Amino acid sequence: MKNRFFAGMAPVAALSLSLFASSALADVTIGVTISSTGPGAALGIPLKNSVELWPAEVGGEKLKVIVLDDAGDPSVATTNARRFVNDDKVDVIVGSALTPASIAVAGVAGETSTPHLSCSPVPPTISKGKWTFVMPQDAGLIARNLFAKMKADGVKTVGYIGFSDSYGDLWMGQFKGIGEQYGLKVVAEERYARPDTSVSGQVLKLVAARPDAVFVGASGTGAALPQIGLRERGFAGKIYQTHGAVTFDFLRIAGKAADNTIFASGPAMAPEALPDTAETKAEGMAYVTAYEKKFGPGTRTQFGPHINDAMAILKKAIPVALKKAKPGTPEFRAALRDAIETGGPFPASQGVFNFKADDHLGLDDRAVVLLTAKNGKFEITK
Amino acid sequence: MIATFLIQDGVTNGAIYALLGLALVLLFSVTRVIFIPQGEFVAYGALTLALLDGGKVPATTSLLVCFGAVAFLFDLWSMRRGTDVRTFLRSLALNLVLPGVIYGITIVLAPLGLPSVAKALLTILIITPMGVYVYRIAYRPLADASVLVLLIASVGVHLAMMGLGLVFFGAEGLRAEPLADDNYTIGALMVSAQNLCIYGATIAIIVGLYMFFERTLLGKALRATAVNRLGARLVGVRTHLTGVTAFTLAAAIGAVSGVLIGPITTIYYDTGFLIGLKGFVAAIIGGLASFPITAIAAIGVGLVESFSSFFASSYKEVIVFGLIIPVLIWLSLSGGFHEEE
Repeated sequence: MKNRFFAGMAPVAALSLSLFASSALADVTIGVTISSTGPGAALGIPLKNSVELWPAEVGGEKLKVIVLDDAGDPSVATTNARRFVNDDKVDVIVGSALTPASIAVAGVAGETSTPHLSCSPVPPTISKGKWTFVMPQDAGLIARNLFAKMKADGVKTVGYIGFSDSYGDLWMGQFKGIGEQYGLKVVAEERYARPDTSVSGQVLKLVAARPDAVFVGASGTGAALPQIGLRERGFAGKIYQTHGAVTFDFLRIAGKAADNTIFASGPAMAPEALPDTAETKAEGMAYVTAYEKKFGPGTRTQFGPHINDAMAILKKAIPVALKKAKPGTPEFRAALRDAIETGGPFPASQGVFNFKADDHLGLDDRAVVLLTAKNGKFEITK
Repeated sequence: MIATFLIQDGVTNGAIYALLGLALVLLFSVTRVIFIPQGEFVAYGALTLALLDGGKVPATTSLLVCFGAVAFLFDLWSMRRGTDVRTFLRSLALNLVLPGVIYGITIVLAPLGLPSVAKALLTILIITPMGVYVYRIAYRPLADASVLVLLIASVGVHLAMMGLGLVFFGAEGLRAEPLADDNYTIGALMVSAQNLCIYGATIAIIVGLYMFFERTLLGKALRATAVNRLGARLVGVRTHLTGVTAFTLAAAIGAVSGVLIGPITTIYYDTGFLIGLKGFVAAIIGGLASFPITAIAAIGVGLVESFSSFFASSYKEVIVFGLIIPVLIWLSLSGGFHEEE
């Protein structure tokens, strides 16, 4: 009897909730779906934390932000995105932290004509979509910078070790695609998984192939496993790490093994070291200061700034769109999309975004710096 | 030359898998639980040790207090129809006082910068009682359920413990300091003191388990329960006691494995599952019944893993977990593996 009463009440409650929701429609609503649990948690948690630093209003309109967890699962991300569009009538979707989930969100965004700012790299077929804009540096941009550095360092043969997933494939793909232009030859290709307890076999094979340098296509502290293994087996050459590995946790785990290593990174990891003329310095300093004030010193990550950058873009784009239409309408969403695509350049913490109709990545070489590790800190190198 | 390195690596990992496999066989034979969360004890152990290295109070201590409190509530619920004072006091001591004392000890000792052996022992002390509470909360109410229901409960416990691990330890990995820093060179082979600890501890635990089962009354009671649960009850073996003992042993073995593996690799809140699965492969090869076959199979799993990571690293997991298929076919054809149901 009791149960039936509650079952009867549920639609009433839902109805009154949606009534309240629609009365708030005048605000700009942002739906954020982030992988704050599951395999992408290391990336998703700093993103989620960064959302807390968003301002309360933009262009005189209050911001209504809804954050949901998708656990890195594409089907959950799809459900979240549909909820945003159907129930919450969001004006823009931000997320997710992992590529498969972001692809899923992009699908819903394209179908429902909702602007989408992805916080993970997506394949070119997705970033060509009309409604999706990408915040992180794409692998091609990072690879071009790292490969140029390798060439300058006189590297000819490379040993590759990367994750046995799409992240690892992504970087190997860059070697196959443009490695030759920089005179790089891959002499060994090895794979491992993040939770592996040992990479001794792979490392032995890499060392036996005697490459000039080793390239690690892995992220977070997972990238430290081959780094330590290679140094333990006496590999003295340079090691190159992607921007996924640039975290203080990596330095903490790798310790001395992180010497003689080049990291590609977004400028937001070390805005203090940028020259004052850099367009990314102001945003980067503001973000890093606010983040570390709230979450403690040394907590900045490569990933969190993407949320800051999404807001940096929206701060400029929302006022433009507000002149054309009211939030919560399809016209506003279309105007917002146009404002993002044509309103650049947007100086942000990880780079200067300048989107075009045929370029939804929008970043150039200003979005990449090269770092080395010294005494547990990252320093900018040339 | 390379082969010796690979063998050394394989034996080291295999020794850890052997410990996990043994714990799984022990639990299954005594309680019929396929204990998927065994790996979580390993991860908790390694992460606790890593946090103690940093002079921090590991979150597992407060987790232990929470587990104890929940177990106490369960006890209270089952005592709701009246009970005697002794049972109540025993429950109070086991579920509230014990974790409280461990919590106090850790808070006092953690910032002192203990020697590494003491940190390892403290870690084992923190993790081991969790086995008791996990049994009390999740499995004791289900003691007479089918193997399948117990397996489903295991999946639930695994997911819950992994989620708690994420909350308490964060998403990034940790690496503990080795118990001893020395390296020894034997011919071309470099053996670290940590590796020797792993071999030593594995052998000691195997011998210890053998002695326990052969020489002590409690061990014999466990074996009796393993052979025939109802029969054991008829002759006066308290099956709840054997269940608690089995889970305590399993948690202790998990904590020891964690202490051993923490310094040689980076451990994440979710690493335990994969390590546990490899122990499970070994336990399956041992038919979930035979301790010696499991131990040998675990070393085999370690060797296969190490060699396949050298020759075909992309297919490493496929090869390791593929091992299980011919074994299952052989076991089902030879009819040597019967479920109770």
